[in-house]
Amino acid sequence: MTDTKTLIRLSAARLAEKLAAGEVTSVEVTQAYLDRIAEVDGGERGVHAFLHVNAEEALAVAAEVDAIRAAGGAEAEALHVLAGVPIAVKDLIVTIGQPTTAGSKILEGWHSPYDATVVERLRAAKMPILGKTNLDEFAMGSSTEHSAFGPTRNPWDLDRIPGGSGGGSAAAVAAFEAPLALGTDTGGSIRQPGAVTGTVGVKPTYGSVSRYGAIAMASSLDQIGPVSRTVLDSALLHHVIGGHDSRDSTSLPDPLADLVAAAKTGNVEGMRIGIIKELHGEGYQAGVENRFNDSLEILKEAGAEIVEVSCPNFQYALGAYYLIMPSEASSNLAKFDGVRYGLRVLPEDGPMTIERVMGATRAAGFGDEVKRRIILGTYALSAGYYDAYYGSAQKVRTLVQRDFDAAFTVADVLISPTAPTTAFRLGEKLDDPLAMYLNDVATIPANLAGVPGLSLPGGLADEDGLPVGIQLLAPAREDARLYRVGAVLESLLEAKWGGPLLAQAPELAAAAGPVETLVGSQEAK
Amino acid sequence: MDTEAILSFEEAMEKYDPVLGFEVHVELNTKTKMFSSAPNVFGDEPNTNVNEVDLGMPGVLPVVNKTAVESSIKIGLALNCKIAESCRFARKNYFYPDTPKNFQTSQYDEPIAYDGYLDIELSDGTVFRVEIERAHMEEDAGKLTHMGGATGRIHGADFSLVDYNRAGVPLVEIVTKPIEGAGSRAPELAKAYVAAVREIVKNLGVSDARMERGNVRCDANVSLRPHGRERFGIRSETKNVNSLRAVEHAVRYEIQRHAAVLDAGNPVVQETRHWHEDTRTTTSGRPKSDADDYRYFPEPDLVPVVASREWVEELRATLPEPPAARRKRLQADWGYSDLEFRDVVNAGVMDEIEETIAAGASASVARKWWMGEIVGRAKNADVDPGQLGVQPATIVELARMVEDGKINNKMATEVLDGVLAGEGTPADIVEKRGLAVVSDDGPLLEAIDAALAAQPGVADKIRGGKVQAVGAIVGGVMKATRGQADAARVRELILEKLGVTA
Repeated sequence: MTDTKTLIRLSAARLAEKLAAGEVTSVEVTQAYLDRIAEVDGGERGVHAFLHVNAEEALAVAAEVDAIRAAGGAEAEALHVLAGVPIAVKDLIVTIGQPTTAGSKILEGWHSPYDATVVERLRAAKMPILGKTNLDEFAMGSSTEHSAFGPTRNPWDLDRIPGGSGGGSAAAVAAFEAPLALGTDTGGSIRQPGAVTGTVGVKPTYGSVSRYGAIAMASSLDQIGPVSRTVLDSALLHHVIGGHDSRDSTSLPDPLADLVAAAKTGNVEGMRIGIIKELHGEGYQAGVENRFNDSLEILKEAGAEIVEVSCPNFQYALGAYYLIMPSEASSNLAKFDGVRYGLRVLPEDGPMTIERVMGATRAAGFGDEVKRRIILGTYALSAGYYDAYYGSAQKVRTLVQRDFDAAFTVADVLISPTAPTTAFRLGEKLDDPLAMYLNDVATIPANLAGVPGLSLPGGLADEDGLPVGIQLLAPAREDARLYRVGAVLESLLEAKWGGPLLAQAPELAAAAGPVETLVGSQEAK
Repeated sequence: MDTEAILSFEEAMEKYDPVLGFEVHVELNTKTKMFSSAPNVFGDEPNTNVNEVDLGMPGVLPVVNKTAVESSIKIGLALNCKIAESCRFARKNYFYPDTPKNFQTSQYDEPIAYDGYLDIELSDGTVFRVEIERAHMEEDAGKLTHMGGATGRIHGADFSLVDYNRAGVPLVEIVTKPIEGAGSRAPELAKAYVAAVREIVKNLGVSDARMERGNVRCDANVSLRPHGRERFGIRSETKNVNSLRAVEHAVRYEIQRHAAVLDAGNPVVQETRHWHEDTRTTTSGRPKSDADDYRYFPEPDLVPVVASREWVEELRATLPEPPAARRKRLQADWGYSDLEFRDVVNAGVMDEIEETIAAGASASVARKWWMGEIVGRAKNADVDPGQLGVQPATIVELARMVEDGKINNKMATEVLDGVLAGEGTPADIVEKRGLAVVSDDGPLLEAIDAALAAQPGVADKIRGGKVQAVGAIVGGVMKATRGQADAARVRELILEKLGVTA
């Protein structure tokens, strides 16, 4: 019997082994995580990673897995390797039986009538879903401060941001409230929170994980991916959620190479790893740069060949992203109008026309950052401006893809810091959208090109003792390379640190108040 | 509603050349919708043929219906169009509650079919070529019903109901190039063009092509220019002109109205117009400028539709006989003279006659009924003959009654009126109106008694309320009387005898 404090710190792969060996039950594991959530998530100084806790259903799924294991036989044999391992789901991904808010007032209290494809796959693998995690409203932000239901705190320092938009998923995994989580990454929303919370996050190749049921921000950039504490765990989860889906037209027809095997390869000898000249140096925090150099050194020692590549068009990537993303978002978010579901606000006076009800609903339901992007996108798509803005941005997108193509002729994998800085303080950049947008400078090119990216912990910055993320990038469909290089780098770094980086995170005090499941409380019976 | 001034058609033609343009929307009869797996069925309870995709729920994604693409390619080929090797969908963004996503997914600058033509045969046999600009795929919107107002339009309504069953139904929009040179034949050409498009899509089997259900909807653009001038005048777009006769009337009316506006020295307003079948006039809709900003951009949730040349040729090989060739064949099969056949075509009852012959009537009987009786009634009722609702089986039944000597021709036309008035089947009407040859009940009653005694179980069933079982007894009596009895009267007598009311 493992004590719960140890239990919740185990990797998902290790948990899976213990579950399969019968050393622990899924109900014990699930309950341990629910207890941890109750302990650290709520109250004034709680992490606030969760918007809804799904205790009853999670325990029921756990009990079902335990019963199947106890009965033995073919059904037990057929259990998925991650069966009984709990998971948290970003609240941008729709689920039957739990509310889905996208972090917005406009969807408060809404229950989806259908499951996202990735959620169906979690259910098929019989992974208990612990609940829904906090995010910037409609995934628009880099700090989770734009959530309509209050910010999430970084477990490394509760006065700092956990990154965004998937700060809830990253913080939940970093605070041992879940072993695994799902995120979505449009411009870095999985990788940047991973970097600033000392966790692993992967944005898969565009099209390798179905987007059906992920509330769209920018359809051509969005991708669902895994959040975890180890590289192997992300590979295991990526395998569960990936693969073709006939409900997503952009879904790739063929499966990727074996990601789990790649994570277990154990060597990088002879691999060419390319430093992207434009994605480090000026504008990057010194401590970030130092840890980045440590990783290069370690990979070189492990037998990799370090080369330098130039991607000159990356300098335009941020600008192009902030035209394409809001353009698509302005159209994707048009459906939130109060007519069919979600919030409906009636104008206080004047005629009750449909235009005025839609206007009042959207004015009250959307936060400032969402409105800002809708306005930007509407403008960029307007007649007379389309060519100059949306059209030019698409050209830059092609140039960024070409830069990647060229870089991958000389390197097998590219490497950079994931984010230019460590976690900043809550409120620090809230009134400065441009400073906030700059957080995504290193992660955005991968979304524009559709290539996969992985962020893993690279150590702590000298000046503030906060986690630094290392980003690996591979050609489209070559996600396996990320897991191979990532797992090797991870094991060498952990050997150097004497254990996982998260072991160095401060203990979280038991939170003073109850868990705030703002949304969940609405459906309390 | 002000009545606008119009010039006589003849006067308008003396001064101006009309230029026409049509946008015809064809609803495809695919099993499922354009981008979702919900059923594409007309007439069901509102909001039942919908799923999360049709309702624009958060997180949903569209998937293109392959059959709809096939149908669109077939339409393109039948319109002599080129088929794009690769084409994309776009989003047309506007806020309106009949569009659940607040954008319509439609093709914009990359239609699947383009640069075609259609040769239109006019009533005197001359052929007029209409150039097709494009045929593109899109999805239909939901249906709004405005409640509480006097006009049925949104203006003045208390509230509106929306039915999303139609939202996402696959549409092909066929757009012509400007049609010049039709002169005074413009209204006739308009009707003939829409009829030809309807005929083609029906013949291809890709649409039910029923205009009264909105399967084929026409927007008619009309502009005038003085004789000899090359530059086009300002156009109006009359929306949803949804019968062949209405297309002809709307074009004629708009020509007359434009002529009056121009004659008064005023500019024509570029706008949409509403067609009113009752008054055969149009009224002003909303202003339409070329600057309407729908913020089109390529639909990022869909990959391009790729139509390989092999696929296109495979589809071309499956195309049915073109309507013009079909007409030649039918005329030969039916043995109609050129004049007879042209009259049939012009009256718009060729399909109906074909169906009637298929139901068992001879070619001459079918023509006699449709041309001699039904077309005239349709004219009086001011509808297309097909819209009167006469079933082929009805005509076959009427013809048989006449042939059998049960009723004469004069009675038969009276029965037809009864059918049209909704009084029931021809047999019902013959019975109700007492049109049948008077028969002596005496011998009949004897035969009935014998038939009932022969089939006591059936008699019990009828007593028990299974009135439809009466057919077996009637059959027995008819057999016994060698078919000379009036079947309806026999039925009546049997039921009377058994104390059952039909």
